[in-house]
Amino acid sequence: MTHERTPDRLILAGGRIVDPSQSLDRVGDLVMENGRITQILPPGTGGAGVVRNVEGKLVTPGLIDLHVHLREPGFEYKEDIESGTRAAAAGGFTAVCCMPNTNPPIDTASTVRYILERAQEVGAARVYPVAAVTRGMGASQLSEMADLKAAGAVAVSDDAFPIQNAETMRRAMEYCAQLGLVLMTHNEEKSLTEGGAMNEGYTATILGLRGMPRVAEDIAAARNIFLAALTGCRLHLLHMSTAGTVRLLQRAKCEGMPVTGETAPHYWCLTDAACEGFNTNAKMNPPLRTDADVAAIIHALADGTIDAIATDHAPHAAHEKDQEFDRAPFGVIGLETAFALTYTHLVQRGILSLSSAIEKLSTGPARILGLPGGTLAPGAPADVAVFDLQEEWTVAPDEFRSKSANSPFLGQKLIGRAVFTVLGGRIVEV
Amino acid sequence: MRHLLSLRTTDTADIRRILETAVAFKEILERPVKKTPTLRGRSVVTLFYEPSTRTRTSFELAAKIMSAEAVNITVAQSSVTKGESFKDTLLTLQSLTADCLVLRHPSSGAAELASRYVRVPVINAGDGCHEHPTQALLDILTIWEHKVVGREDDTYPRALSGEHAFDLTGLTVAIVGDVAHSRVARSNVWGLTRLGATVRWVGPSTLIPADANRLPISVYNDLREGLRDADVVMALRLQTERMEQGLLPSLREYARYWCVTADALKCAKPNALVMHPGPMNRGVEISSEVADGGGGIRAVMGSQVTNGVAVRMACLYLLMGSGIAQSEVRE
Repeated sequence: MTHERTPDRLILAGGRIVDPSQSLDRVGDLVMENGRITQILPPGTGGAGVVRNVEGKLVTPGLIDLHVHLREPGFEYKEDIESGTRAAAAGGFTAVCCMPNTNPPIDTASTVRYILERAQEVGAARVYPVAAVTRGMGASQLSEMADLKAAGAVAVSDDAFPIQNAETMRRAMEYCAQLGLVLMTHNEEKSLTEGGAMNEGYTATILGLRGMPRVAEDIAAARNIFLAALTGCRLHLLHMSTAGTVRLLQRAKCEGMPVTGETAPHYWCLTDAACEGFNTNAKMNPPLRTDADVAAIIHALADGTIDAIATDHAPHAAHEKDQEFDRAPFGVIGLETAFALTYTHLVQRGILSLSSAIEKLSTGPARILGLPGGTLAPGAPADVAVFDLQEEWTVAPDEFRSKSANSPFLGQKLIGRAVFTVLGGRIVEV
Repeated sequence: MRHLLSLRTTDTADIRRILETAVAFKEILERPVKKTPTLRGRSVVTLFYEPSTRTRTSFELAAKIMSAEAVNITVAQSSVTKGESFKDTLLTLQSLTADCLVLRHPSSGAAELASRYVRVPVINAGDGCHEHPTQALLDILTIWEHKVVGREDDTYPRALSGEHAFDLTGLTVAIVGDVAHSRVARSNVWGLTRLGATVRWVGPSTLIPADANRLPISVYNDLREGLRDADVVMALRLQTERMEQGLLPSLREYARYWCVTADALKCAKPNALVMHPGPMNRGVEISSEVADGGGGIRAVMGSQVTNGVAVRMACLYLLMGSGIAQSEVRE
């Protein structure tokens, strides 16, 4: 990150400005003053200040990732707030929500404050803590959610440790509802996935690996939607991977329920066949699914059922992934590839317009949690991403800003890459 | 062929070459002095993370007959959980300058993982529920000997080399029991079907893995339907923990509906071959009468064990001994 002073007036000159929040797509000068966006002017009329020429580049609201594991405190050998936010900036993200499965977990106000302070000191992107629903993510006693919210938690989730007991989930939702907190759920009926290492199906069968059936996600998502209907809780479905969960979200939305959902690039780019050769970089939870699920996810992104693209950036050290498949931890990194995977696989193939792709990566996530950003409207924080849509690049393990390289896309050729971001009116070089 | 990790990823030509070599080595096993200098000065490490008597002994014997040194390392599960990673164990062994690693491990894919760390050939002696290629190769050799070589029809191809070597076209093999957890069943599917045999998986639906119908096999829940007109019936060991896992109601019910008995065998072809990878649970997956080959039943478990030594000699020889293998190294 740069430690320079924020310029009083910063102009990104001559770029193609795409802002889905204003249905805007035109070439112009984006003007920022004192950390806020002030106006978009015709090219060449931005006036004086620090001028950065971005002709031929794409200028968008800074991307916002609802689902990131920054690993600090506790697992700094995998990632920390500095490296994780640098990875975010390299991917065009200006804000990330960090999940609470740290050590200690984010279940006290002091840990929330610690993360916010660290992010202030070393962050190359804004960090919004997501606090635990239950103490220690132990799925029994509720965490002090009012306190956590007051300290700055933007949502709550037990992500990797989904609450299995329906009564506990019901009470958690009731408690969240009164606080207006969004509850984010990883949807997994654990009794169906015990010992599982990948999606249940042909590949698991030929590899002799224990499978995790798709219905485990569907059943948990259905239960959580029913409980949200009962309690009035704002529910957000994390990393949707199945056609079944897509249908459930669609139905909940048709019924007018305030339920939202996200998916991650690996769920539309890959199927469980990527686990062939016992590739632990293709091991995550929920696992990679089938062609039918990929088709449903893509369709749901196109028709708007899925509100956001998140990464579930989950760094793990090489020695942890270099293990027997069933012993290796779940998770893949994603911050530095998400935009290019969206652009290459969805925009270039005509599934999403450029504007709706940006929407899923910025405006959509901001709306889900009511975060500032996700827009280039005057008065908004000057959080901006600049991309080069001409750049073709190959995903290489030694180029990540993340401390870890556990990506299932190593060696893939992608198109589109962040050039730099602007965070609060200050340029963050990647 | 650089390693032997799974039959699914082994060329059919290589499968034939191993079998052809095994047939040649079998002759040595019939000699009074069972010793050749073939692999003198070479060493084989057998690294077993699971208890095994017959497979480990079979590999050791195969190595010793060819004058190689065989060192066995049995890793107790407790010491694995104590700390040393699989990778570090392998790197230590690598430094001990063995010439070949034979690995048995409870995790599927362990042999493939090992092949990425060590520079010497790796032979998979069973990894989790994935594959057990040498077991399938010895099964295939046994089937070929009893069903093809011994056949009276002279027009049937019995070539030992070339495109039609070890051709099993026309034979139906029924694999009965806990196929979901069986690495033997998986390796046999790939090996047998590559050589032209028809394979069936027979067992209760809770012991048939997901999407089994996408493999080149047919699935039967009913034992007698599954055995109908089969040339070979292969029973698999049933682990008693399947009851605790809620996959089966009881041993009693399993035995009643899926035990390979003399009566059930009447559905198969007369002269059908009965096989079992061992160790057997008599009265559970196979009746004692069938296991002992009484009443004209052709139980060939003894041949399987003998052929196991020949097949393992062939694998060791081709992977570490022969100039052919070295010149045809494929990554």
